[in-house]
Amino acid sequence: MNLDAKIPSGPLAEKWTKHQAEMKLINPANKRKYEIIVVGTGLAGASASAALGEMGYNVSAFCYQDSSRRAHSIAAQGGINAAKNYQNDGDSIYRLFYDTIKGGDYRAREANVHRLAELSVNIIDQSVALGVPFAREYGGYLDNRSFGGAQVSRTFYARGQTGQQLLLGAYSALSRQVGLGQVKMFERHEMLDVVIVNGRARGIISRDMVTGEIKRHVADSVVLATGGYANVYYLSTNAKGCNATAIWRAHKKGAMFANPCYVQIHPTCIPVSGEHQSKLTLMSESLRNDGRVWVPKKQGDNRKAEDIPDDERDYFLERKYPSFGNLVPRDVASRNAKQVCDDNRGVGTSKQAVFLDFRDAINRLGKPKIEERYGNLFQMYEQITGENPYITPMRIYPAVHYTMGGLWVDYNLQSTVPGLFVLGEANFSDHGANRLGASALMQGLADGYFVIPYTMGGYLGSGGLDKVTTEHQAFAEAENSIRGLTDKLLSINGSKSVDYYHKALGKIMWDKVGMGRNAKGLTEAIAEIKAIREEFWQNVRVLGSGNELNQSLEKAGRVADFMELGELLAKDALHRNESCGGHFREEYQTEDNEALRDDDNFAYVGAWEYTGKNSEPVMHKEALAYENIHLSKRSYK
Amino acid sequence: MKLTLHVWRQKDAKSKGKFAVYQANDILEDMSFLEMLDVVNEELIAKGEEPIAFDHDCREGICGCCSLYINGRAHGPKRGITACQLHMRSFKDGDTIFIEPWRARPFPVIKDLIVDRTALDRIIQAGGYISARIGSAQDANAILIGHDQAEASMDAAACIGCGACVAACKNASAMLFVSAKVSHLALLPQGLPERESRVLNMVAQMDKEGFGACTNTGACEAECPKEIKITNIARLNREFLRATVI
Repeated sequence: MNLDAKIPSGPLAEKWTKHQAEMKLINPANKRKYEIIVVGTGLAGASASAALGEMGYNVSAFCYQDSSRRAHSIAAQGGINAAKNYQNDGDSIYRLFYDTIKGGDYRAREANVHRLAELSVNIIDQSVALGVPFAREYGGYLDNRSFGGAQVSRTFYARGQTGQQLLLGAYSALSRQVGLGQVKMFERHEMLDVVIVNGRARGIISRDMVTGEIKRHVADSVVLATGGYANVYYLSTNAKGCNATAIWRAHKKGAMFANPCYVQIHPTCIPVSGEHQSKLTLMSESLRNDGRVWVPKKQGDNRKAEDIPDDERDYFLERKYPSFGNLVPRDVASRNAKQVCDDNRGVGTSKQAVFLDFRDAINRLGKPKIEERYGNLFQMYEQITGENPYITPMRIYPAVHYTMGGLWVDYNLQSTVPGLFVLGEANFSDHGANRLGASALMQGLADGYFVIPYTMGGYLGSGGLDKVTTEHQAFAEAENSIRGLTDKLLSINGSKSVDYYHKALGKIMWDKVGMGRNAKGLTEAIAEIKAIREEFWQNVRVLGSGNELNQSLEKAGRVADFMELGELLAKDALHRNESCGGHFREEYQTEDNEALRDDDNFAYVGAWEYTGKNSEPVMHKEALAYENIHLSKRSYK
Repeated sequence: MKLTLHVWRQKDAKSKGKFAVYQANDILEDMSFLEMLDVVNEELIAKGEEPIAFDHDCREGICGCCSLYINGRAHGPKRGITACQLHMRSFKDGDTIFIEPWRARPFPVIKDLIVDRTALDRIIQAGGYISARIGSAQDANAILIGHDQAEASMDAAACIGCGACVAACKNASAMLFVSAKVSHLALLPQGLPERESRVLNMVAQMDKEGFGACTNTGACEAECPKEIKITNIARLNREFLRATVI
């Protein structure tokens, strides 16, 4: 199969404008004749539903939570990037574009990233118009902070709750459309399959999570905005319900899965405290504006932080990367934290942690300023650990946070299945092998507010859509297969819970497909995942029935999908014989332990095709052409 | 530590519910309250009993999913946090803990500890927004908002829509929730064009959903995990009155 990214011709900075002018339009009176399904109500899904609804399309929006306001975008803390250059510090659309390509270790598509940088400015304008209370300076102008991988201040924020406020903005726009009857909202509904008719995505099968009813929904196009797959690791900063079922089942219906091995491990999370741990909590990257990361110089140093004098502390990020200091990108910060812990210089009881210290910032700015900037984060930290970070430095350790990989999409955000669009974290397109902080919110809202409204018109306006109803054979087949799957899960009645298998999978993934990967470990992981998957289908215990609210059943379906996705992730990591961004293969590193890319052999997107339950997936390559940026060694020194 | 739990079990919306008693053994003080329930659920599954159903998602106090009434208090004994942020170090060995769903007529129980809170969404749909068409906004810095004004708006905007205020209120009033959204938007210049219609429509929907009236008891403020202030209710009343007389 030929992966045509459909990148418009012409100079980089004019591609999107040109493409907008060339795409087909649908006149206002005709928009109401189209039905669009949007799955997910995070930043990408809520903004897409609101935008498409405002334009006059009939939208059906789905979310698994009890309210569309709760999607996990809400937990994003630190901020959102935009090339406004309000700080007069040298920012520009080109610089945001350049930083994002470099931050992604030269594994993202130039045209998509440039469009993202162009649209970033509109997002801030739109969000303010919707009432997002971004932080302001005393003169009333918007304030900015700095984030990793950039030497300008371009991050807009609302305390440590930027994701919440941006999502509530999009949710309010969506709610307005729901109130007007333009969007029909399906809460507590889970998408279990996409329905393909004559080669096009024409609907979904959902499960009503309260009654268990399996329903068919027909549409002219389907949009997936269902987030990433970090929960394949069991422990991650994602919400407990975050899952890959929608994108994985779409993958099995023909949508290619690109770069699954690009997983972001976030450097500043609260360390694991024990076997009971159910999720990990992020401490925003914005803390690295004022917090200094260090460990003792001496190995096995058990003294308390305050008893270790300055000259016996190793501020290892400042030492190794003087230009960026504590604000190096996430992959670099995480790897370095792992290295010092592997060197027996970790802190805390587990020794799997480093300090994030605010002593100097409090001395410089005073406690009230720090409280205003990070108050809720400090409070959150204290709740979880029982320690006061104004007095004792925070202990932090990397944790799985975000997945750059996802369903392959072209420039229009359309997957390899015509009519199936993929937005936000669920697609693979903009962040390459590593995402910069404060760029996920930007991408989600760019895709939903400003890209899909145009490219959807381009698709629908091109015609060729047959009249289809839910009586079509393809709907019956999809429904039957979902019913069969539910019955199977309920009938095994083995001896181990779903969580048991999820934890077992997560342990394999973290140990062998985590921060440091090598061929031997990956090969073992693939075999172990297969074994645990086989055991799952023999021995899982799912109680209750399918005709009621059944949280074990919901989880079982998701974990079954994670166990397939995990194997593909490991295979992708095994095939990519280089280190880039979040994908670190121990065999491929420089003398000073930095990632060693291989542009001659791996400057491509690896998109995997599903070929059936018992056959190997097939990889297709989309070559990455760098016409504007020269590929160079990524250095933050 | 060892705990005795009295947990509300209810098969579905139509069935009658009752308390069931469970022993929670080997609970560590570093566990979160929900992790303690995870442990209990794993034991129930091992015994072939259906696990306790409860709403939860982000487990870091921001999504607003969790909705547990713990020992007679929304989100448990500590102030300013959600149930998922509550850790077992707040309890001691031998404690008895009662766990119930939110109790309010507009929040019918769906199963066990899970309730239907879509009434809150319908209030937002009735007017809790600014009608700013996507694509129509001017430059963000063209609207000046003073630092303190933005901070005051943010204080109200921090509401997570969990419904603890309703659950804590003896009248099942949703005034704190509604006032937080009305305040958030009324404190911003962008919110002023729809100031009157917003408050009137939201209050009308609030009444239609069957939420009770506010009698200034203040339980909502005391139990709000985001510490939304009751002064917002005063602002809501003022906005409502203003909208009805102009």
